[in-house]
Amino acid sequence: MSLLDFARGPALQWAAVVFVIGMLWRTLGLLLMLRARPLSKDRKTGLAGAGVKTMFSRFLLPKVFAKRVGFQFLLGWIWHLGFVITLLFFQVHVLFFKGLLGFGWPALPNSVVLPVAAVSLGILVILLVRRVTNPVLRYISTFNDYSSVIVTILPFATGFATFAHVPALPYETLLALHFLSVALLLVWFPFSKLFHVITVLPSRYILGVKFWRRGVEA
Amino acid sequence: MTQKDMTLGERLQARGVSRRAFLKYCATTASLLALSPTMVPRIAEALEAQRRPSVIWLSFQECTGCTESITRSASPSIESMIFETISLDYHHTLQAAAGHQAEEAREIAMKENWGKYLVLVDGSIPTGDMGYSTTAGESNIDTLKRVAEGAAAIIAIGTCSAFGGIPYANPNPTGAVSVSDVIKDKPIVNVPGCPPIPAVMTSVLAHYLAFGSLPELDHLNRPKVFYGQNIHDRCYRRPFYERGQFAESFDDEGAKKGWCLYKLGCKGPTTYNACAVLKWNEGTSFPIEAGHGCLGCSEPNFWDAGSFYSPLSTATHLDAGTVALAGAVGVGVGVAAGAAKRAQQKKIKSAPAKAWTKTQAEEESQ
Repeated sequence: MSLLDFARGPALQWAAVVFVIGMLWRTLGLLLMLRARPLSKDRKTGLAGAGVKTMFSRFLLPKVFAKRVGFQFLLGWIWHLGFVITLLFFQVHVLFFKGLLGFGWPALPNSVVLPVAAVSLGILVILLVRRVTNPVLRYISTFNDYSSVIVTILPFATGFATFAHVPALPYETLLALHFLSVALLLVWFPFSKLFHVITVLPSRYILGVKFWRRGVEA
Repeated sequence: MTQKDMTLGERLQARGVSRRAFLKYCATTASLLALSPTMVPRIAEALEAQRRPSVIWLSFQECTGCTESITRSASPSIESMIFETISLDYHHTLQAAAGHQAEEAREIAMKENWGKYLVLVDGSIPTGDMGYSTTAGESNIDTLKRVAEGAAAIIAIGTCSAFGGIPYANPNPTGAVSVSDVIKDKPIVNVPGCPPIPAVMTSVLAHYLAFGSLPELDHLNRPKVFYGQNIHDRCYRRPFYERGQFAESFDDEGAKKGWCLYKLGCKGPTTYNACAVLKWNEGTSFPIEAGHGCLGCSEPNFWDAGSFYSPLSTATHLDAGTVALAGAVGVGVGVAAGAAKRAQQKKIKSAPAKAWTKTQAEEESQ
């Protein structure tokens, strides 16, 4: 079995199995945990609405922090959009999902997706360098922060190398490395900070509800 | 002087082939092998003086497609010329002799040219039941070992002899293996393809005749000059790949416009061969030019590397069923983990007194 056969076959298969089991394990595990009951009377009504509002209000940049976190906020938005566009609307990725699900969807032209992916990759590298060079960020960063960024960078880097067919390695090796980097991302995803994809909205909801109970509008 | 004792130069003169035509042939051979033009006189000199080397062609588990290919090199052509300049002493399909006479011809050729003859093999070698494939009552593996013993070199013609090919495909009922799996002590050149390009086969022979050595090989023992680049890099449809313009089916507008066949399963990006450069039928066309994606036939295990019609970007083992099964397991694990956590939380809540137990320091201070 060649490296590409392994990467396209068993590696991706088992990585996907670990990903699905891991995501459901952690999601259900968190959902089924007991919640602390409030010990004081709610100051306001309409808790659910407040929770939902907080879920989405945090997508916007609060003016008061605009200068302090504006750069990070903007890059975060661009990077996440770029990731979704590259993952779901690159021609060959649509083919991958079509092979898996049995149906596909229209893809964006390469002339759109490739620059978007390049910008996303660039932002990830900038954010990683910033994390390493900024003393405060470096102080609060853990292995999980670095590894999650690196594991996310790898599919982009190997994807570009594959598409461009960089002469350093044969195409099939590059393609195999791309599949393997995706497999690594899938395995790492449920057990790292990348799991925020699932927790970000529920945790914002809970935060919004808790603040509302105390009469805080946030 | 017998035909066999004549040099190539003498044979060509006898056949009325002009010096100019012969030098053109040498120049073309040098070009095919990516050799410097300064090598042309050397090739001419070497070939002219060359006596017909004995070649024994062994056919094992094969379809005769490789023989079809080498004989379909258009005549009179450079390929057919070189074909006539070897002494093909044994070949099931092409030799006039049959039965015991054919086997005798092989034995004589081996005896007279021991240590000097070339062995060409097409077809894989079964290692399961020895009766799966025999010639004159002898199993293929015994024949190969015996004939290879006196060979100067072996050229594995076609993917079956080079890598096992179709007989080797899962579940490999005959236990098929390649030549290099059986013979370990002889120089082996793999010339894979299903079938290989005629000019590639004959050029490897020409190289051996001209230089007395085998051409430079890659990690799979294939001549680098022909298998050094993948088809994708040399494909005339490559610009459409770059622009993301793909044929979606074999008869859509994209296909009619000659767009890239990647989405239809073309294996050009992972296949190393000279199809896009040398082409077939006297340089007329090659599969991609004819509208069908490359099958990757010159690569090991090409038959088992996923569907011919699945794009390279798709997974080969992952499907919706696997994901669904993993999902079911994930739900079970998640519910179990959640239930265990709840039980642990309840246990902590039901024993609040423990939290208020005085510490040793508090007790000592009282």
